[in-house]
Amino acid sequence: MSTVATTLTPESADWSQPSKGRTAMICLIIAESAIFSIFVVAYLYYIGKSASGPTPRQVLDLPILSSICLLSSSATITFAIRALISGDTGRFGFWWLATIVLGGYFLFETGREWHDLIYNKGLTIQTNLFGTTFYSLVGLHAFHVLVGLLALLIVMGFTFAGAVKREHAERCEVLALYWHFVDVVWIIVFTVVYIIGL
Amino acid sequence: MPLLIVLVLALATARVIHEIQDAPHPPAALDVQVIGHQWWWEIRYPKLGIVTANELHVLVSDARKRAPTFLELRSADVVHSFWVPRLAGKTQLVPNRVNRMWIEPTRTGVFFGQCADYCGTEHAKMLLRVYVHTSEEFERWVSEQKSFAASGPAVAAGRLVYERTACINCHAVKGTVGDGRFGPDLTHLMSRETLGSGVLTNSPENLHAWIKSPNRFKPGVLMPAMNLSASELDQLVAYLATLK
Amino acid sequence: MNTSPTQSSIAGVMGLPEDAARTWTVFDHLHQWVVTVDHKKLGLMYIMYGLLFFVVAGIEASLIRIQLAVPNNHFLPPRLFNELFTMHGTTMVFLVGMPLIFGFANYLVPLMIGARDLAFPRLNAFGFWLSVFGGLLLYFSLVGGMGMTGAGSMPDIGWFAYAPLTSPAFSRGHSTDYWTIGVLVGGLGSIATAVNIITTILCLRCKGMTLMKMPLLAWLNLVMCGMVLIAIGPLTAAQIMLLFDRFLGAHFFDTQAGGSAVLWQHFFWIFGHPEVYVLILPGFAFASEIIPVFSRKAIFGYPVMVGATVAIAFVSLGVWAHHMFTVGMTPIGNTFFAISTMLVGVPTGIKIFNWIGTMWGGKIRFDTPMLFCVAFLVQFLIAGLTGVMLSVVPFDWQLNSSYFVVAHFHFVLVGALLFTIFGAIYYWFPKATGRLLSERLGKWHFWLFLIGFHVTFDTMHIPGMLGMPRRIYTYEAGRGWDALNMICTVGVGFQALGILFFVGNVLWSLFKGKRAGNDPWDAWTLEWSTTSPPPEYNFAEPLVVKSRRPLWDIKHPTDPDWKFE
Repeated sequence: MSTVATTLTPESADWSQPSKGRTAMICLIIAESAIFSIFVVAYLYYIGKSASGPTPRQVLDLPILSSICLLSSSATITFAIRALISGDTGRFGFWWLATIVLGGYFLFETGREWHDLIYNKGLTIQTNLFGTTFYSLVGLHAFHVLVGLLALLIVMGFTFAGAVKREHAERCEVLALYWHFVDVVWIIVFTVVYIIGL
Repeated sequence: MPLLIVLVLALATARVIHEIQDAPHPPAALDVQVIGHQWWWEIRYPKLGIVTANELHVLVSDARKRAPTFLELRSADVVHSFWVPRLAGKTQLVPNRVNRMWIEPTRTGVFFGQCADYCGTEHAKMLLRVYVHTSEEFERWVSEQKSFAASGPAVAAGRLVYERTACINCHAVKGTVGDGRFGPDLTHLMSRETLGSGVLTNSPENLHAWIKSPNRFKPGVLMPAMNLSASELDQLVAYLATLK
Repeated sequence: MNTSPTQSSIAGVMGLPEDAARTWTVFDHLHQWVVTVDHKKLGLMYIMYGLLFFVVAGIEASLIRIQLAVPNNHFLPPRLFNELFTMHGTTMVFLVGMPLIFGFANYLVPLMIGARDLAFPRLNAFGFWLSVFGGLLLYFSLVGGMGMTGAGSMPDIGWFAYAPLTSPAFSRGHSTDYWTIGVLVGGLGSIATAVNIITTILCLRCKGMTLMKMPLLAWLNLVMCGMVLIAIGPLTAAQIMLLFDRFLGAHFFDTQAGGSAVLWQHFFWIFGHPEVYVLILPGFAFASEIIPVFSRKAIFGYPVMVGATVAIAFVSLGVWAHHMFTVGMTPIGNTFFAISTMLVGVPTGIKIFNWIGTMWGGKIRFDTPMLFCVAFLVQFLIAGLTGVMLSVVPFDWQLNSSYFVVAHFHFVLVGALLFTIFGAIYYWFPKATGRLLSERLGKWHFWLFLIGFHVTFDTMHIPGMLGMPRRIYTYEAGRGWDALNMICTVGVGFQALGILFFVGNVLWSLFKGKRAGNDPWDAWTLEWSTTSPPPEYNFAEPLVVKSRRPLWDIKHPTDPDWKFE
C-alpha cells in the first residue's frame, strides 16, 4: 500500500517513455553486435595467415545476386510495415512474403555456395584458418538470417489466418528492426570476406 | 589533482617500459633460447652448441664488464611463463610466437624460479634454477657441456637398454642414436642438480626411483614408467650415471 | 497457513479449489516458485541460488587453503587441486556473483522505480532458468567430465581457460566442454536479463521519475546491464570458437595450425575486465543506497556519481590488456593500457570521495548494513591502490600471476563486493520477508568475517611479492612462503565461522526475527512505501514522484527535496 500517490498531486504534463519492444530489440542488437565484432576481428586477424590450403582468391566468387536480394528485403519489409500502418493488410502480406522469399533465396544461395566449396573446392572448417574463420563468420550470419526467417514465417502464418491487424504494426516494426540489423551485418561481412579478405 | 598523479605515474611507467623492452642487444651478449614444455624447460645456447634442461647458466655482470643474457622464449605446447623473481619480471612463453627478454644479474649464486602461468597438471613442479657464474666458472661449465666422451664398455649394457627402448623417442644423448626432443637432453644429465625440473635431487638412487615410476614424484608427468626389469634398470642407471 | 488473495488467484490458475479453507501443500508452494514470473520471487531465487553456490565455492576455497597451508602438502592430489581452483573461480564469478547481482536488480529495480514488474516477466523467468541450467551443467562435469572411460572430472583449465591448454590435444575428455557450454548458456541468460532490466528502467519508471531523479541503484544497474550487453558477447563468441575447435576441427586457437593463443587472451579479457566492473557496480549501488540512509544525509553529489559511473563504464572497456602485460606486447601497447588502467581509477576515486562526503557531517547509525558498507569503503580503497600498483607495468611484470594479484582481486570481490552484498542483505531482508535480521548475530557475522578476511587477504599480498606464483598445488619449503601461507589458511576459519553466523541469522530470523513494518530504517526510496513483503503487484496505485527521495517529501511536507533539487 503506498501513500505516495494520494499525497502528491499528479503532474499535468504527459509522461512518455520509450517503447518497450523497440528498446529491448536495440539492446539485443547491441549484444549481437558485440558477438559479431569478435568473429569479424578474428577473420581480419587471420587474413593471409593460413599455413596451407586454398586461399580466398582461389575459391570465392562474389555473391552479388544473393546480396542484392538480401539487401532488397530490407526495402520490402519497410514497404510491408508502411502498408500495415496504413491498415492495408493485403499489401502488408504481399511485401512480407516478398521479404521471406528474398531472405530464403539468400540462404539457399549460401547453402549452394558452401556445397560447392566443400565438395568441389576442398574448403571445410578444418582445412585451414581461412576455412575456419570463413564458415564461422558467414555461418553465424546465416544462422541469424534463419532465425529471422522463422520469425517472419510465424508472422506470415498469422497473416494468412487473418490475425495481423493495424495495431500490430509496432510489433512488426520491432521484428523489422532485427531484420535490418541482419542486413547491415551482411554488408560488413561481405566487405570483410569478399572485398578486404580477397 | 588525481589526473596529475596519473600523469606522473604514466610518464614514469612509460620510461621504465621503454628502458626494459627497448634495451639494446649487444652482439657479444649471451644468447639463450628457452623452450617451455609441459612441465620442463629446454635451454639451448645456439652460439655455443649447448643443449640442457631446467638449469640456466649465465654470467655475472658488473659495471666494468657488462654481460647481459638475452633470452628468446618459445613454447612447444601451451602457454608458460618464465619467472625468476630475484632477477627479472616474468614473460610468457607462447606457442607459435617468440618473446624476448633479458636478465643482467650482478651477483653470483643460485636463483630459483618456476613457471608462472598455469600450464596443466604439474605446473607447480616446473621449477627452474639460474646459476650466475664468474667468467672463469662459466668458461669451465661451457667446456664441460661442450665436451662429451663416448661411454666405456663397462656400461655398454646400459647404453644398449637406452638405445633399444623407447627412451630414444624422447631423450637425446650426443654420440648415440637417441635424438628425441620431447623430453630433456640427457647428454650431461649428471651435471644437473635436480631431476624432473626440480622435483628430486639428482643422484643415482633418485634416478633409479624416478625412471621406475616418474608418476610417483610428479603425478601426471608425461614420462611413462618404462617397466624395465630390475637388472635392465640397474644397467641403465649405471650408464646414465656416466653422463656427466 | 491461510490463503491470501494472491494465493487464491494462483490456486484458481492452477485449477485448485479457491475456497479459503484449503491450505497449500508443500507441492503447491514449490510449484508457485517454479512457475513464477514475478520479479520478486525470481529475484529471491537468484539470490538463494547464488548463496548456495557461495557455500560450495567457499568449501572449494577452504580445501585449496588447507592444501597450501604447509609446503609439500599431500592433502589434495595435483589434478584435484587444479580442478578446485578452476571451479572456485568459475563458480564465484558466474554462479555466485552474477546471480546475486541480477537477483538484487530483479527484486529492487521495479520496486524502486515504482513499476509492477520487469518489462518482460516471462523473459525474466527464462533468463533465470537458463542461468540455473548453465550452472548445473558446469557441476555435472563432476560426473560426466571424462566421458565413459573414467571417473568424472571437473574442468582443470583455470577460470580463464587459456588456449591452447583447452584444445583437444591438451584437454582430453569433456570437462572443458562442460565449462564452455555451462558458462556460455549462463552468459545468454545474463544477456536476456540485462535486456530486461534496461528496458524496465528506460520504459517503466513511474510518473515524475526522470532519469536524473531515479535512485542511484537504478542508474548503476542500468549502466551495469549496458556493460553486460557489450562485454558478454566477446566471451560467448570466444567460447563458440573454442567449441568449433574442439568439436569441428576448427583452428581458431590451434597454434599447431597457425592459430593464436594470444587471441584467446584478448577475447577473454575484453570480456573479463568489464565483467569485474559489471560485478562491482551493483556493490556501488548498495553502498549508494545504504550509506545515505545510515548517515541521515542525501547522497553527496548525485550528478557526479552518475557521471562517474558512466565514465567508469566507458573507460573500463579499454583496459583489458592489463591482464596481458606479460604476453609480450609492444612498449606502446603496454603503455596505452597502463594509462587507461590508471585513468579508470579517477572516477572510481571520485565515488569514494562522494561516499565519504555523504557520511561527513551526518548522524551515523552503525547498524549492520552500515558496518558492512564502512568496511567496504576501506577495503575498496586498498583494492584500488593495489590495482594502481599493478597498472605500473614493470611492477606488474613481477606481480602478475602471483599471489599479489590474487590478494588484489579478492580485496575487490570479497572486500568490496561481498561486503556490500552482505550489507544489502541485512538492509533489504526486512522488506522481502517482513522480519529484521538479528543485529546481535549480524555483528558477530560482521566482526568474525572482517577479521578472517583481513588475516587471509592482507597477508596474501606478501607471498606474491616474495615470488609465489598462482595456481600451484604446492610449493617448496624455504622460499619464505611457509608461515605466510599458514596465516592465510587460518583466516579462512574465521570467515567460515562468520558465514555460519550469517546462515544461522537468516534461518533464525525467518521465523523469529522482529517484525519490520513497511519502513524499518526510516529510508527514502519507493520500496519502503509498500508493505513488507510487498504484494505481488507492488503498489496499489500508480505513483508520482517529484524528487530523488519521494518518502522524504512525504515525511517532511514542509521541507521537501524537490524545492532544492
